[in-house]
Amino acid sequence: MEFALSEEQRMLQDSVRRFLEQNSPLDKVRLAAGNTHTVQRSLWAGASELGIPGMLIPEDFGGMGLGFLDAAIVYEMFGRYVAPLPFLGTAVMAPLALMLAGSEAQQEKWLPKIAAGEIIAGVAVTESIGVREGAGVKAGKGTLTGKALFVVDWAEADLYIVADSDHGFHLVLPDAKGLSRRALNTIDKTRSVGELVFDQVAAEPLPRSSADAVARVIDAGRVMLAADTLGAGQMMIEKAVAYAGERKQFGRVIGSFQAVKHLCAEMAAALEPSRSLVWYAAHALDEVPDDARLMACHAKSHLSEVGRFVARTATEVHGGMGFTDLLGLHYWFKRIGFDRQLLGGPELVRLEAARLQGWAA
Amino acid sequence: MNIDFTPEDEAFRDEVRGFIAANLPRECADSPALGVMTDKSVVKRWHKTLYEKGWAAPAWPEEYGGTGWNATQRFIFNEEIARANAPRLMPFGLTMVGPVIYTFGNAEQKSRHLQGILSGDVWWCQGYSEPGAGSDLASLKTTAARDGDHYVVNGQKIWTSYAHEADWIFCLVRTEQSARRQEGISFLLIDMRTPGVEVRPIISIAGLHHLNEVFFTDVKVPVQNLIGEENKGWTYAKYLLVHERTSIGGVPESKKKAAHIRAIARAERNADGGALMDDPAFQRKLAEIEVRLTSLEYMNLRILADAAAGKAVGPQSSLLKIVGSEVQQALGELAVEAVGYYIEPVGQGALPGGANARGIGPAHAWNVWADYGYGRAASIYGGSNEIQHDVIAKAILNL
Repeated sequence: MEFALSEEQRMLQDSVRRFLEQNSPLDKVRLAAGNTHTVQRSLWAGASELGIPGMLIPEDFGGMGLGFLDAAIVYEMFGRYVAPLPFLGTAVMAPLALMLAGSEAQQEKWLPKIAAGEIIAGVAVTESIGVREGAGVKAGKGTLTGKALFVVDWAEADLYIVADSDHGFHLVLPDAKGLSRRALNTIDKTRSVGELVFDQVAAEPLPRSSADAVARVIDAGRVMLAADTLGAGQMMIEKAVAYAGERKQFGRVIGSFQAVKHLCAEMAAALEPSRSLVWYAAHALDEVPDDARLMACHAKSHLSEVGRFVARTATEVHGGMGFTDLLGLHYWFKRIGFDRQLLGGPELVRLEAARLQGWAA
Repeated sequence: MNIDFTPEDEAFRDEVRGFIAANLPRECADSPALGVMTDKSVVKRWHKTLYEKGWAAPAWPEEYGGTGWNATQRFIFNEEIARANAPRLMPFGLTMVGPVIYTFGNAEQKSRHLQGILSGDVWWCQGYSEPGAGSDLASLKTTAARDGDHYVVNGQKIWTSYAHEADWIFCLVRTEQSARRQEGISFLLIDMRTPGVEVRPIISIAGLHHLNEVFFTDVKVPVQNLIGEENKGWTYAKYLLVHERTSIGGVPESKKKAAHIRAIARAERNADGGALMDDPAFQRKLAEIEVRLTSLEYMNLRILADAAAGKAVGPQSSLLKIVGSEVQQALGELAVEAVGYYIEPVGQGALPGGANARGIGPAHAWNVWADYGYGRAASIYGGSNEIQHDVIAKAILNL
C-alpha cells in the first residue's frame, strides 16, 4: 500500500509552486483582479511552457497524458497562489469533455490547440447540476437555444463546450450568430465567469455525449475545486500563523496567547486531514471508477466546509487587517467562497452523495 | 499512489475473516451490540481464542509473541475485528504496559509479566491521573519512598478504568522532589492485591461503572517492580503516548457506528410515516458525518502507509485524535436523533454485557443513549482535545 505522491509528482508540484511564486505574486494578482475578464496571456504562456494546459491531454494530441491526481496537485498550487488563470475549464473540463464525447476529428482539431496553450475553452455545465432563473439550453437541429449561467473560463474563450438539457455536449464558437455573451462580476476576481444566451446558435454536437460523460466532467471539476480550496486554505493558515507570530499586543506576539494558538490549531486540524481525501478522490477519477463519483461529492462538500472554516478563522486571526484590502487576504477568502458554490454547494452535493449510496428508497 | 490492497493482502483478509467467522462465539459478537460495556468473561474468552491462534498482540515484536505482520496487515486485522462486531481487547496490558515492559523492562520483568498480558490471564489498569494532575500530569503527587528493598507508596489515582477488574496497575509515582517536575517521576508496577490498595467506583454519565479511584496507603512495593531507572518514568510514559497511536482515530469503530445509524434510519419512521432514511434533511446530516469519516479514514491510511515505510507518526496523531473523537461524538448525536423518543427508556445499555436483558422499544435503540453518554469521554481521555490543540500549535505550527 502506498498512499503518497510519487517523486515525479512532488517535482511537478514544486515546479508549479516555484513558477507561481515568481510569476504570480500578490501585486500581479491585484492587477489581474482589476481586469477580471482579460486572460493573463504572458502568465498562461509561462504555464503552457510547463505543459499545464495539456497535462490531461494524451501525448498523441500534444499533451502530457497525466492523470487527475497530477492535475489536482497542480490546481492546489493555483489555489495557494490564487492564480488568475483559466485552468478549470480550459485544462480540465473542456479536454475531458472532448476526450469522453468528441469525435476523432474534433479531438484532432481542438486538443492540440488546448495543449499548446493557444486557445481558451469555456465550459457551460451549470444547468446540468441545477436550473435557476429558467436557464437551460435546448438542442435543435444543429442549433442551441436558451441560456447558460456561470460559464467557467468565459473570458476571451475561443471555444465553448456547452451541455444541453438532454446530456448532450456541443461546441460553440464565440462569434457564432445569435450568441450573446454577458460578463458576470463575481466575488472572485481571479477567475472569469459569464453568461451565454443562445438564439438558434449553430453548434456542433460531440457525438459520443452521454449523461455519464457530462457527470464525469462535473466530477472532475468538483475534485479540482476541492484541490484549489485545499491550496488556498493551506496558504491562509500559513499567513495567519505568520501574522500571529509578528503582531504584538499586551507586549507579546498574539500567537503566544492560547486563544489565538487554538484558532490556528483548529485550522490545521480541519485542513490537514482533508488532504488525503482530495488525493484519493483524484486518484479515484484515474483508477477507481466505482468510487469516483461518490468521492468527488465527498471531496467537494468536505473541502467546501473546511475551506469556509479556515477562511473565516484565518481572517479572524488577522484582526482588522484581515478585513481590509491592505494584505490581500480577501483574495483567498473569496476564492474559497467561489469554489464552495461553483458546480454545486456542499448541501446539494451531500444530498447527491446520499442518493448515490441508495439511501433514499 | 497505489492504495489497492495486494492479492496477498486480500488473501490475508480472507484468512482473518474466516478465522473470526469460525471462532468468534455468538455471545461475544452480540455482546457489544447490546451493551456499551462488554462483560469481562466475554472479553477474556475472545482474548484467549486470539491468543491460542497467536494473534493477541499483532503489534508486538515477534520475539515477545507478536505476529510479525506489517502495518497494512494490522490495519486489515483491526478492520475485520470491527466488522465482525468482535469485542475490543483491553488495551492496558497489550498496547500500554506491555510495550513499556519489553522496551524498558529487565529480563526478569519481561519473563514475569509479558506472558500473562499476552494470554489475557492478567489484567492491568493505568495509574496516571490524579485529582490534581489531569492534563498537567507532571504535577502528580503520589509518592514512592524508598525503604530498604521496598518502595512505600502513598497517594491517590483517579479515572482508573477497570481498576476494579484489574490484577495489576502501572503507576507514575514521585520518587524525588526535583526542580523540574518531570524528572522526579518513576514508573512502578503494583499488584492490586497488595495491602493498602483500595478501589472505589466512580459511576459515569451513562450510568456505567468502568471508572474508579484508587487509594494507596503505605503500600509496600518491591524495588524489583521499578521499570528502568528511578526518576526516569516520564520518559517511558511519553514513549507510551506516542507508541501505536495510529488507531487512535477509531475509524473501524466509527464505520460500524455509521452502519448502525443507517440500519436505524431504515427502520425508524419519520413524522410523515415515511422511512427516516428517505428524509433529505436526515440524509444530508448523515452524509456530512460520513464525509468527515471518509476524510479521517484516508488520512489514517496515509499515516499508516507512512508508518509502514518507516516514517515516524509524531504529532499527526493529535490530528487523528481530534477528528476521530469529533466524528465519534457526531455519530452518537445523530443516533440519538434517529431513535427519537426511544432514547428515553434509559438503563439497558448500562447493563454489563447486556446480552440477556431486554430493553424497551426496538433493539436498535437500546444502546444509543449509553453510547452517546460514554462518547463524551472521547474528547477528554488520551489527552483532551484542548491539549491536542496545544500540541498542534507547538509541534506543527511552531507557535
